[in-house]
Amino acid sequence: MERCAARRAPEEERRVRANAREYNEKFQYASNCIKTSKYNIVTFLPVNLFEQFQEVANTYFLFLLILQLIPQISSLSWFTTIVPLVLVLTITAVKDATDDYFRHKSDNQVNNRQSQVLIGGVLRQEQWMNVRVGDIIKLENNQFVAADLLLLSSSEPHGLCYIETSELDGETNMKVRQAIPVTSELGDTGKLAGFDGEVICEPPNNKLDKFGGTLYWKENKYPLSNQNMLLRGCVLRNTEWCFGLVVFAGPDTKLMQNSGRTKFKRTSIDRLMNTLVLWIFGFLVCMGVILAIGNAIWEHEVGVCFQIYLPWDEGVHSAFFSGFLSFWSYIIILNTVVPISLYVSMGSVTLTPSVEVIRLGHSYFINWDKKMYCAKRRTPAEARTTTLNEELGQVEYIFSDKTGTLTQNIMVFSKCSVNGHSYGDVQDVLGPKAELGERPEPVDFSFNPLADPRFQFWDPSLLEAVKLGDPHVHEFFRLLSLCHTVMSEERSQGELFYKAQSPDEGALVAAARNFGFVFRSRTPKTITVQELGRAVTYQLLAILDFNNIRKRMSVIVRSPEGKIRLYCKGADTILLERLHPLNQDLSNITTDHLNEYAGEGLRTLVLAYKDLEESYYEDWAERLRRAGSAPEAREDRLARLYDELLGATAIEDKLQQGVPETIAILTLANIKIWVLTGDKQETAVNIGYSCKMLTDDMTEVFVVTGHTVLEVREELRKAREKMMDASHSTANGFSYQEKLSSSKLTSVLEAIAGEYALVINGHSLAHALEADMEVEFLETACACKAVICCRVTPLQKAQVVELVKKYKKAVTLAIGDGANDVSMIKTAHIGVGISGQEGIQAVLASDYSFSQFKFLQRLLLVHGRWSYLRMCKFLCYFFYKNFAFTMVHFWFGFFCGFSAQTVYDQYFITLYNIVYTSLPVLAMGVFDQDVPEQRSMEYPKLYEPGQLNLLFNKREFFICIAQGIYTSVLMFFIPYGVFADATRDDGAQLADYQSFAVTVATSLVIVVSVQIGLDTGFWTAINHFFIWGSLAAYFAILFAMHSDGLFQMFPNQFRFVGNAQNTLAQPTVWLTIALTTVVCIMPVVAFRFLKLDLKPELSDTVRYTQLVRKKQKTQHRCMRRVGRAGSRRSGYAFSHQEGFGELIMSGKNMRLSSLALAGFAARPSAGWIETLRKKKGSDAGSPDKALKV
Amino acid sequence: MKNKTSCLPQEAGARPSRCPDNSAFKQQRLPAWKPQLTIATVLSSFFLTGAFCLSVGICLILSANSIREFQINYSDKCSECSKLRENTSNWNKECHCSVNFTLKEDMLGDVFMYYGLQNFYQNHRRYVISRSDAQLLGQNVNIEKSYCAPFTTYQNGTPMAPCGAIANSMFNDTIDLFYNLNSSVVQVPLLKTGNSWWTDKNVKFRNPKSDNLSSAFAGTARPPYWQKPVYLLDEEDERNNGYVNDDFIIWMRVSAFATFRNLYRRVERVKQFVNGLPAGNYTFHISYNFPVTKFKGRKHVILSTVVWSGGSNPFLGIAYVVTGTAATLMGFVITAIHLKLRKKKTYFQK
Repeated sequence: MERCAARRAPEEERRVRANAREYNEKFQYASNCIKTSKYNIVTFLPVNLFEQFQEVANTYFLFLLILQLIPQISSLSWFTTIVPLVLVLTITAVKDATDDYFRHKSDNQVNNRQSQVLIGGVLRQEQWMNVRVGDIIKLENNQFVAADLLLLSSSEPHGLCYIETSELDGETNMKVRQAIPVTSELGDTGKLAGFDGEVICEPPNNKLDKFGGTLYWKENKYPLSNQNMLLRGCVLRNTEWCFGLVVFAGPDTKLMQNSGRTKFKRTSIDRLMNTLVLWIFGFLVCMGVILAIGNAIWEHEVGVCFQIYLPWDEGVHSAFFSGFLSFWSYIIILNTVVPISLYVSMGSVTLTPSVEVIRLGHSYFINWDKKMYCAKRRTPAEARTTTLNEELGQVEYIFSDKTGTLTQNIMVFSKCSVNGHSYGDVQDVLGPKAELGERPEPVDFSFNPLADPRFQFWDPSLLEAVKLGDPHVHEFFRLLSLCHTVMSEERSQGELFYKAQSPDEGALVAAARNFGFVFRSRTPKTITVQELGRAVTYQLLAILDFNNIRKRMSVIVRSPEGKIRLYCKGADTILLERLHPLNQDLSNITTDHLNEYAGEGLRTLVLAYKDLEESYYEDWAERLRRAGSAPEAREDRLARLYDELLGATAIEDKLQQGVPETIAILTLANIKIWVLTGDKQETAVNIGYSCKMLTDDMTEVFVVTGHTVLEVREELRKAREKMMDASHSTANGFSYQEKLSSSKLTSVLEAIAGEYALVINGHSLAHALEADMEVEFLETACACKAVICCRVTPLQKAQVVELVKKYKKAVTLAIGDGANDVSMIKTAHIGVGISGQEGIQAVLASDYSFSQFKFLQRLLLVHGRWSYLRMCKFLCYFFYKNFAFTMVHFWFGFFCGFSAQTVYDQYFITLYNIVYTSLPVLAMGVFDQDVPEQRSMEYPKLYEPGQLNLLFNKREFFICIAQGIYTSVLMFFIPYGVFADATRDDGAQLADYQSFAVTVATSLVIVVSVQIGLDTGFWTAINHFFIWGSLAAYFAILFAMHSDGLFQMFPNQFRFVGNAQNTLAQPTVWLTIALTTVVCIMPVVAFRFLKLDLKPELSDTVRYTQLVRKKQKTQHRCMRRVGRAGSRRSGYAFSHQEGFGELIMSGKNMRLSSLALAGFAARPSAGWIETLRKKKGSDAGSPDKALKV
Repeated sequence: MKNKTSCLPQEAGARPSRCPDNSAFKQQRLPAWKPQLTIATVLSSFFLTGAFCLSVGICLILSANSIREFQINYSDKCSECSKLRENTSNWNKECHCSVNFTLKEDMLGDVFMYYGLQNFYQNHRRYVISRSDAQLLGQNVNIEKSYCAPFTTYQNGTPMAPCGAIANSMFNDTIDLFYNLNSSVVQVPLLKTGNSWWTDKNVKFRNPKSDNLSSAFAGTARPPYWQKPVYLLDEEDERNNGYVNDDFIIWMRVSAFATFRNLYRRVERVKQFVNGLPAGNYTFHISYNFPVTKFKGRKHVILSTVVWSGGSNPFLGIAYVVTGTAATLMGFVITAIHLKLRKKKTYFQK
């Protein structure tokens, strides 16, 4: 791919002239050739090796290898190091090579795609990589766009064309692009060949939704916007052909500019491991120094006299120098204590033996989990990152988006307020009956042949108003049918399909459609609406779409009668400010209605219109044209318009299935849930109540809405004071005990009695997040059980997550579904994307994805908990076995003149970690379970050890190390005691070096196998196979290595010939092995049992009850059957969504949560939530006691 | 449980289903044995282990009691010889000494004679590797490439056979045993073959192929500390000469620790020694060649009988008894703690 040009200095401004290759070449813009591959055949080996040796671990291996090649130092054969090194290097290289091969392949495929380029007035087939900036290319339907193009003309009228952008932003709906009118007439190649316009625009950037530039043609200026651009990666749809001018090519395109590398996330265990590895390294050096000093002294005292039999090596003239050499020799043989193979996996994505395999296995279990598969959306859960699994077991804070995450993001037109009259209430008439699911008949829309049969509305009065011809209602629906960006598609007569960018809009247009104002079709300049059976075509003068700042959208249309009218819909805060002051009464009533709707958790929009004078419009249009030439500023200038009130709409945002239960369980698991939403405060608070984040049991819900720094500070201070007061007045011993028991407490505030919640507004949050107040805010917020931040921007979401990450040493998880959650998902330790309706940007940025919020409890409480448990057990055992293995050399050093003689055969050293002990611990790391999955849902407290980091921390690490050292001591000194002066049963010498080596190695393998057997709590067939298989493999390999055949082929390599059969035939040897095993294992068993008996963990208790229950099977089975029958009935009831929705809506004069709770309690299965809540209440004081069964 | 999501049958539609398989493996529902430490298993394992260890330990101690062992340190008893050997220039001067001793009891059964060395670091790294197994297998190899240095070749280039520090430092005292029976002196018949491992003798060591041994070793020289070349180690027995000499093989099997004993001879059970060595007065005639004083070493000669568990080493028996006692005690302690705790538990529950 040498044709792909190298990078140049960043440009300030881009100038492109159509059909002028020579002119454009001056600027040396990148060609359309892309290169994502890293190597070619020649450079692969050196470049790849260079990259690999930049890894600390690989370099360390190489360093050891070089040490081993020095004969004076070499205490081990070179292959003990080179085998793992080559293994790691080869596997990584093969992986890199395959990856790169596929990148080459896809590069080639993309670069060689054909496109039609207009060269010299003729269309020529060219490969994509030969397309240059300034070329005009022709695209046909369903083709990929080759580069970022300025749309010039298309087959559709008015230069319209349709594109699908799923490759760019993941959104599957179609989008419209339009050529500017002057170029849209350039329909044939002849005219286009003569086109010599020049585009001056912004330099390449990665903003997908923005473009600013100007076209200079025939002495005229034309503003260009994103609406005129076709971006690389889009697909042309529903358009026969179009022509475009290449503006950005290859690496400069927005698609390529966006393909940044994702940040590599590390788990807290990774970070702990890094520290531990350093400590171990220090320990290694210490051991090396001790032994080196020992060597120097020994050589000085003993070795000197022993020189007649064993002269010093050439070049060694002093005991001191000998000690120096022996230091390095010991570094080589003791290096197995440094879990460098673990370190490799931490430092990079390099494939490594154990940890990576375990994590990969856990990821597969997540992907395979049927209980996290959503049948409706046909999406299984997906672990997109394989390196974070165990951190799922340590989460303390969850930051959740509301829309699409807690709620379904299915929008239903639910209520509306027109001219001060509210429609859509049904509860008033029917009363509590509605709760039982006996609904009235939905409104009959059969009068309208174009009605969408799926649309349902319950209040007949609105349809009556339409039929009676209420002008306000008509105008209301006219607005809904005109003011939107929905695309319609009429597949056959009367069969309309809408493609909406946001589900809210879709719901509104669908409502208008059913009430007789059917949006039929649109062109860029017209909208055709079927108004109560009569087709009316409006001339579309302008669309001002939604954006974050304006928070409203407007259209300007000219009716067939010639009247120009501005229709606008948008956020109440923005629109109500801009209303004509004369309508204050109506405005007040509507505001009341709006508050009422928001109180029910509905999403509201305010509708308004304004008649425009012809001259006023002309004036505005002129300003628009002028403003357009200043690319950055013009969108703001169009925002200054005002409107007249028409009414308001309310859309029901349906709660997702299982959200309240999930939140209840996660809260019981001591996970704090913060909701960060862009929605308004009332909506957010109500969703908070309906999903049980906020409850009436709460002592107080603090609301922070201050507009200034002082107000916010004051409000936060008051909240803190209240909590402090309460905790002092109800002070009981428990709060202090809690404080003492948890090491994580940073302030007194956390020891607060009572439950509080905090609701904070976006503008207050902006102040609260400032450097001088953030700690105050965080302390207040963390003292609360639930935190809701409303009206927050995507950036603030990330800031909040960052704040918690910064001050709390806690694992954070962010969950969301939309593009606005991406920053938060990327910031949190773990990002979870809901693969929902708002495109897949959140999923692409996430580490885990699934389609329903309720799966989160399974991901954390089951998968996360297991992953954490398994990883911790794995690490503990890993350190234990390596220390037990290596420290024997240290003790032996004192008996062999500190000469760095190994205890074991070199093959045993090579194979110990790779073959003899790797698979059983791997099987444990992948398959182990302490309690069955149902139990971890039943007892959310089981999740706590992970949060407190109890299973693998520095203390546990030292215990493992101590156990390893204890084992190594026995492993050396018991055979030493036995072998000294002992003889075999045939009188020959027993204590020869090789027999000693075989005895120690055999007892080591047996002891660590018994130990893994003790550690394994869940013996599947695979565990059995690996554990017994490893033992069998050890003996098989031992006998093979000590066989005659191998020795005769390589006498200098296999010196242990005949050793296995001679040594292992001795009863003394087996008695030694048995004694070593007993002495190593019995204290561990005693210790573990006593711990279990005296201070059981919750998981032990649960496990024990499991055992007891099995014995009382019959009794229990009866109970279970009852329970199950209940849950099935409730499952049906629960899936019946409307019932639940009614429940929320009915909460008018009552606090919603209590109502919802009553609803739950009415159903037999919902009782368990109550039980959990009660448990939670009772164990607020003593977390352990209450759950003891 | 409540959130059971079943894959609907309509999944088998046109598009391939993405629903995960419902296999026990993928759903982590593999049947498994879930062992748990309960009071019953723990206590039974402790008491069983305790009983086992105690019985093995007692057996070991009892059988070790029947072992008779006699050990004599002759490095001091032959002080003149040892002084002579301190000077390497006297390497070819012969020096003999005798050590008298009395066996108070009969040594019944097979009696083995060992030489023991103290403070001789056969397990030193540089010592352990200083050999060429290929050479000892009779292969014609270039020993320059082996780790034999500095005992590889002489300055004139003649290779040493065998090479290396181990071979060079071979124990070369000759020890004969005489039985003083009523003023007549009977030499105790000693077997010098059959003392090494079968695999060592038949697989690991082999003489170079040739018509006779001296020609097989032509062109090589003895190691510097040896008095005679390798093909003269045992002139009487062709099958015990050269590399396959038992004394040599046993020396080449280096010991694990700096104090060790190597089997030297077995008493042949003929005539009056058919039941072993009778009690009485004996004399060791030692041809003293191996210097130990330089490195503060000690030399022993040892006579011993063996039982099923080998020679006399009380360690294993005592260790088993101690372990058995500890395990049993631990069992009682656990029982006590458990009982005490259970009382507490019921108290709490009420």
